[in-house]
Amino acid sequence: MKPTSHAFSANAHRALHDATLQQALAKAGVGFVDKRRAAIDGLPEFRALREAGRNVKDHTLANLDHYLLRFEEQVQASGGVVHWAETPQEACAAVLDICKKSGAKMVAKGKSMVGEEIAVNDALEGAGFEVVETDLGEYIIQIAHEPPSHIIAPAVHKTRQQIADLFQELHHQPGLTRPLQTVPQIVDEARQVLRGKFLAADVGITGANFLIAETGSAVIVTNEGNGDLSATLPRVHIVLASIEKLVPTLEDASVLLRLLARSATGQEITSYTTFFTGPRRADDADGPEQFHVILIDNGRSRMLGGEYHEMLRCIRCGACLNHCPVYGAVGGHAYGWVYPGPMGAVLTPLMVGLDEGRPLPNASTLCGRCEEVCPMSIPLPKLLREHRRHEFARRLTPPRARWALAAWAYCAKRPQLYRRLAGLGMRLLNFLSGGRGRFRSLPFASAWTAARDLPAPQGDTFMRRWQRRKA
Amino acid sequence: MRVALFVSCLVDLFRPSAGFAAVKLLERLGAEVVVPPAQTCCGQPAYNSGDFNTARELARPLIDALSFYEHVVVPSGSCAGMLTRHYPELFRNEPVWHAKAENLARRTRELSAFLAEHGVDLSDASLHARVLMHDSCSALRELNVYAAPRELLGRVSGVELVELEEGEGEACCGFGGTFCVKYPDISGRMVSDKAEAIAASGAEVVVSGDIGCLMNIAGRLKRMGSRVRVYHLAEVLAGMSDTPGIGEPEDS
Repeated sequence: MKPTSHAFSANAHRALHDATLQQALAKAGVGFVDKRRAAIDGLPEFRALREAGRNVKDHTLANLDHYLLRFEEQVQASGGVVHWAETPQEACAAVLDICKKSGAKMVAKGKSMVGEEIAVNDALEGAGFEVVETDLGEYIIQIAHEPPSHIIAPAVHKTRQQIADLFQELHHQPGLTRPLQTVPQIVDEARQVLRGKFLAADVGITGANFLIAETGSAVIVTNEGNGDLSATLPRVHIVLASIEKLVPTLEDASVLLRLLARSATGQEITSYTTFFTGPRRADDADGPEQFHVILIDNGRSRMLGGEYHEMLRCIRCGACLNHCPVYGAVGGHAYGWVYPGPMGAVLTPLMVGLDEGRPLPNASTLCGRCEEVCPMSIPLPKLLREHRRHEFARRLTPPRARWALAAWAYCAKRPQLYRRLAGLGMRLLNFLSGGRGRFRSLPFASAWTAARDLPAPQGDTFMRRWQRRKA
Repeated sequence: MRVALFVSCLVDLFRPSAGFAAVKLLERLGAEVVVPPAQTCCGQPAYNSGDFNTARELARPLIDALSFYEHVVVPSGSCAGMLTRHYPELFRNEPVWHAKAENLARRTRELSAFLAEHGVDLSDASLHARVLMHDSCSALRELNVYAAPRELLGRVSGVELVELEEGEGEACCGFGGTFCVKYPDISGRMVSDKAEAIAASGAEVVVSGDIGCLMNIAGRLKRMGSRVRVYHLAEVLAGMSDTPGIGEPEDS
């Protein structure tokens, strides 16, 4: 996916004036927030659990090389294969290679954000494979030819009506004739079409929420069961997972699963939590003939031990998106790449470059709700500020902003000069306000006055009045 | 008790009356209030713009200017957060300055937290109105100041506290320092949501510990034609809410 993060301002402007999108966002946002709150209020030990989850991740990341190798050993011991991919290209090449060798035609995919990150669908379709997304939300955006706008609810930007219309338009061939009005009707329609695809697919690709080193298992959670069908019905199962998904033990995974479900959807546990370990054994009732895990780096090993290290704790729950006022106002597409919201504003510049992703860390008031709700206690505002530091050091900040900052700093470092200029400026502004107490517009403050009045200063500054009082 | 007041640049420039209200309240505690003349700005605009060097250049003289006082009080959650949380972070690689910053952080309090801790006498303050306390993000999440302003307002005679609904109260007003001019569309949308929630709450007066939020909120309320009045928390506590509210005509 070609990023458009550099055009965030224009993207955001469009999003704010898209009435249908605003309707979808308004509905989705509140639901996530209320459900999460209820789930966490119902778990007195949530803080302790959060602490434990953070410790699991910190420990694993500090010993990641060890756990990655241990994981590989266990996958091999259970009859599977691990493929190491440093770049998206290597990861896609590994997937294509497996598909070609197994003589596949159709690929069923469970939702995978790292799959979006490496653009595996484009690679597969480019090589002539048919790819079907099996998560309902992901399926909707696939047939709409759109990228996901949320990491756990990819089609959250669409209204029910838009989805019904989309199905009406595209499902004639599979035989759709009845009108779709209710959510169950829409879900049923998707289920009818997808069931056939599951049975016809030769390869199933899923992501992984966690990889377990001691057993060589990949864990995924879904609410539709599509991950299980994608993994067990086709002959070949490929797991796409980035290297920070590792946890040492099954117990560790259970700590994180409890945090994930509550933080993401407000559930105590996701409807389907599945542990995949190796291919089908002789006496298994079902399962694939081949089990592959593609371990993807794509910049993560560079983050280890560095200033963005803590971002590697992220378990992709989406709570930071759901609580972000900026995400809530403009939705996910405005961010212009795979990962939106606060976590995306940290990850995108690391993955597509700061030149492209520069606006994202700036598009935040640093209000701190993301850090507050993050189950992994990732200091997102601090990491956004780190990006701004690099942006400033590399002189990527727009010249006007730099000059304004430099002029302001010149005065602020000289208290006497500052005092005199401030007194002059505030008295002038007060005079210009003509006693009305505010400005409806001001030439140099149009950005402010577009949406609100500018309150006028009271006249002379506090510091000058105080000096006079003491004199 | 000697208290240094770091008045914060927005109070200094736009709302001196909030600074004098803070002085009045601190003097009521029996404190000798000093306003160190070397102060200008805590450096937050530079810090949040990624210019850490300028932020440090502004922080060092301020740390020195505030070093001789038992207490440092700031009528702003945002600037108090900068002094207590971010200065130590800024100097994490400079041991001498880091120690000084840590020392300052221990002595520094946001105004309402300080007044509540010291049990300020508010018996002569009164305001007969439904009052809504807006928490700035920094006061709420960097400093955990939530109960203090409500406890203080509860002791002002005539005040009936109202709250926004859960979720709305914690939401950022969209000011965000330079954010409001860098992303005016998004900021405008956020402050509209906030102002509409305030209007719907039945509040007659909005107060907060942070002038940045208040200028933003008052500006939007006025643009909407709302009659809700806006004051710094200190002004209400000091019984100075007979002055025109933020954004109101001088003769009102």
